[in-house]
Amino acid sequence: MDGMDATQIKIKEFLSRFFKSHDLQPDEDIFALGFVNSLLAMQLVAFVEKEFGIQVEDADLDLDNFRSIRAISSLVARKTGAPAPA
Amino acid sequence: MKLELTAAQRAARAEFRAFAAAEILPHAGRWDREAALPRTVIDALRERRYLGSNVPVEHGGVGRDMIDYGLLTEEIARGCSSVRSLLTVHDMVAHAVLRWGSPAQRQRWLPALARGEVLAALALSEPNAGSDAKSVETIAVDAGDGWVLDGRKKWTTFGQLAGLFLVLAQCDGQPTAFLVERESPGLAVRPLQGVWGTRASMLAELTFAGCRVPRESLLGRIGFGLSHVVAAALEHGRYSVAWGAVGIGQACLDACRRYTAERRQFGVPLADHQLIRRMLTDMIVDVRAARLLCLRAGWLRDQRDPGAFMETMAAKYFASTMAVRAANDAVQIHGANGVSDDYPVGRYLRDAKVTEIIEGSTQIQQITLPLFDFQEL
Repeated sequence: MDGMDATQIKIKEFLSRFFKSHDLQPDEDIFALGFVNSLLAMQLVAFVEKEFGIQVEDADLDLDNFRSIRAISSLVARKTGAPAPA
Repeated sequence: MKLELTAAQRAARAEFRAFAAAEILPHAGRWDREAALPRTVIDALRERRYLGSNVPVEHGGVGRDMIDYGLLTEEIARGCSSVRSLLTVHDMVAHAVLRWGSPAQRQRWLPALARGEVLAALALSEPNAGSDAKSVETIAVDAGDGWVLDGRKKWTTFGQLAGLFLVLAQCDGQPTAFLVERESPGLAVRPLQGVWGTRASMLAELTFAGCRVPRESLLGRIGFGLSHVVAAALEHGRYSVAWGAVGIGQACLDACRRYTAERRQFGVPLADHQLIRRMLTDMIVDVRAARLLCLRAGWLRDQRDPGAFMETMAAKYFASTMAVRAANDAVQIHGANGVSDDYPVGRYLRDAKVTEIIEGSTQIQQITLPLFDFQEL
């Protein structure tokens, strides 16, 4: 998990439960990899809300916010007012 | 670890039980035969704030947590699964609006739903789309100042009474959710007769023929209608149906306790026959197990834990299949009386079967649950 911040590491750990045989990289497109199904969609929302104490709103429903580990961590940073991830 | 209800939860359950005993149980058989609920019971639910009861206080609701909600649902279903169906579908829509509504949509609809001023229904299934919800054929076209919907919905529970529908349609080929008011021009609602389970749930068929709805009817974003909006509604519905199935199981047990104590064959009460006791034992343990699964799912839902999705599905799968087993045995124990309108167990069997079909059929749970479980390995 070199180069990942704490938020990104947590996101990777969560997503790895779905993508067991794949070492997911920060910028890999999880939709393009075919890893996202209907089970993941709502669980991913619940995960980021609970883990990072944010509320995902209807305005956040944009695939680009959930496309990769870095995209999700950027959403978390925006919602928490934290500095944007590297 | 403490697996017991708090004093407040026990008190709430006693309140729900007393309500069901007074307002529902004495009438449920008649409502089933008449295939309709009277306005009086809906008014009673409204006055008790039992409709939309999960809506938080800040949105005009009473903010009932998931455990209290589950206890309420069980007690209502113990009396009448059709009344439980009303709670289920109304609350599914309220949950979806709470979860994915814009601030304006929440402000407009949640207080009204929480007070039961407007009844809501989910318009998802169609003649050609049931479990395969992403293949709905209803279409929504962007008309600039609003949307135009065309298509048909079927099996819309309480569609006969609802003033607000959560509708899934294809918008440029992407599943998209809309909040559609009953009075929308181009929407026709036709009662659907002839069902034999949850018979008083007042199903309707909806026809959208150039139905124009305002711009702000879009709930969530285009393309997220199934994966997020309807998924949230269905997840809440599964939880509600799971508790409803526990209520049916408990009702079967109640009926069988009475009957096996009173009915005598071969010179002794039925309860003294070992094969009858075996059926009662299965029923007792099954109901308790299902209730525990529901409590676990409710606790996780209150924690907003991502694991709540799997636990809710597991609870719904077990509870609905349990309800069918329990009701099947309850009819068997009642013998010929079991298939007569003089006893409620025939209704329980018909209603139990419905819980295996709605909010994800037993087979959908069977192909999905292992996928969840494998994620945890």
